[in-house]
Amino acid sequence: MKRRHRAETLEAVAGYLFSSPVILGLLIWVIAPMVGVVLISLTDWNVLTAPHWIGVTNYVKLFVSDLFFWNSMKVTAYYVVLNVAATTLYALIVALLLNQDIRGRGLYRGIFYLPTVVPVVASSALWLWLFNPEFGLLNVMLQAVHLPRLLWVSTPTSVVPSIVLMSVWGGAGNTIVIFLAALQGVPRELLEAVQIDGGNWWHRFRAITLPMISPVTFFNIVTGLIASFTVFTQSYVMTEGGPANASMFYVLLLYREGFQRNNLAGAAALSCILIVIVSLLSLMIFRTSRRWVYYEGGEG
Amino acid sequence: MRFVAARVTSKSILYLVVTVGAVLCFLPVFWLVRSSVMTLGDIFKFPPLFWPAHMRWQNFADAMKASPFPLYFRNTMIVVIPNVIGSLLTASMSAYGLARFRFPFRNVWFALVLGAIILPPAVVLIPQFLLWSRLHLVNTFFPLIVPVWFGGGAFNVFLLRQFFLTIPKDFDNAARIDGASYWRVYWQIMVPLIQPALLAVGLFQFLFTWNDFFTPLIYLSSKTTYTLAIGLRFFIGSYSTMWNSLMAASVIVIIPPVILFLIGQRYFVEGVTLTGIKG
Repeated sequence: MKRRHRAETLEAVAGYLFSSPVILGLLIWVIAPMVGVVLISLTDWNVLTAPHWIGVTNYVKLFVSDLFFWNSMKVTAYYVVLNVAATTLYALIVALLLNQDIRGRGLYRGIFYLPTVVPVVASSALWLWLFNPEFGLLNVMLQAVHLPRLLWVSTPTSVVPSIVLMSVWGGAGNTIVIFLAALQGVPRELLEAVQIDGGNWWHRFRAITLPMISPVTFFNIVTGLIASFTVFTQSYVMTEGGPANASMFYVLLLYREGFQRNNLAGAAALSCILIVIVSLLSLMIFRTSRRWVYYEGGEG
Repeated sequence: MRFVAARVTSKSILYLVVTVGAVLCFLPVFWLVRSSVMTLGDIFKFPPLFWPAHMRWQNFADAMKASPFPLYFRNTMIVVIPNVIGSLLTASMSAYGLARFRFPFRNVWFALVLGAIILPPAVVLIPQFLLWSRLHLVNTFFPLIVPVWFGGGAFNVFLLRQFFLTIPKDFDNAARIDGASYWRVYWQIMVPLIQPALLAVGLFQFLFTWNDFFTPLIYLSSKTTYTLAIGLRFFIGSYSTMWNSLMAASVIVIIPPVILFLIGQRYFVEGVTLTGIKG
């Protein structure tokens, strides 16, 4: 009895020692900074003067009188919705195509994944060139089919859809691979049953495939929402938030407040609001997780 | 006969659609490479040239001369190599601890790991920056390296833990009964068994660090410490009309991750699948 107790203690100590890097990491780089950011957001700290407590004044300022804040919320929400919808649809279509019995599937999959490994700074440089109103490839292609030229990232109305186009190209790789794995898990018998009953490909997709992969679709959408909300590099490099703040995304605003205007407290308040937004989004995952892990044999 | 004909047509439509899609997806990359070897005269021609008659390799030399890319490359490697080693070592240790041992609050810590995966880095940016500036280590490589040695990223811990769970526990128990220490079980039995997952983690970490823009932008403030990602951003700012040199500079930055992807494609796909499905 006593020996068993000792073995358990030893196991617990060893477990803590092995896990200590990530446990210390969570304490130093996640939990302490999160406490810190809440405290800083309740002060008037800038780099120059000592901080004073001012309660929730920063939040009141943001919500009541900061036009930049509401503008960036609106712009970011627009980007998030458009980007997640477009990426999910594109990735699902590509995965459905790649899931067919075709030769050279590995090559095709490699080509569709390739843009995902290109650094976002480099693809921003590349897309600036593709978007170029006079000599860019996109307008050349539009002209070839007798469509009017577009100004892409140079007008407030088309800047967000243009960045979405680039993000779909460069950010769909992982979503495609996850969809593909899910599609390969759809039982063949079920698909064949629909076929025997005289159903076409749309019936098979609608009645079997779509419901079977719905948990993974949901997973992709929620992780996509969170990732899209923190979009930064594309607009920082290509448009610097413009034109007319039409691509002043949330994290870009946070960066500007904290590092270009030295408004640390204001940036901290923006961080705290971001925590709330991301927590609400991830609550959605956990709330429904039972539904989407059930299909994998209920092991999760 | 009609059925066969219908199947042949639908098959060729499928190939047509996939091929057109793949061509469109590859087109930007092709355009990047093509523009990087053209003269400015060729690049502005209308209708555009598909491929230049004479390739101008000088663009790469011009880009190197205009901006110290070899220095940026060195800086990037100084950050990337310790990142990969640190994440492989500490993420696999932590994942082993969380997967194999029973200890108080283990599930709490694991839940926090899951939470940290979705936590945007921007959230903890201000306090972390204040810490590094207190330590007078802003504009050094430390802020880009040290955090990775604490668990190597929550995502990697999660991925490796999932992998450990697929290994039968008899492996450890047998070794323990033979008198092996916990460390020996980890180092001599577990690490070799999880090699495919470690390869995926190493590749992910390399790519993540190589491509990271946000962290170096925050912490590196002088040309002597810039990484390639930041160096390229300033190159864009100053050479925005020299499209050929800019494309050559971009090619320099994307070659290593693309080569790595081509070599390790299999591990990539397996790694992504593991996290996406078993999550």
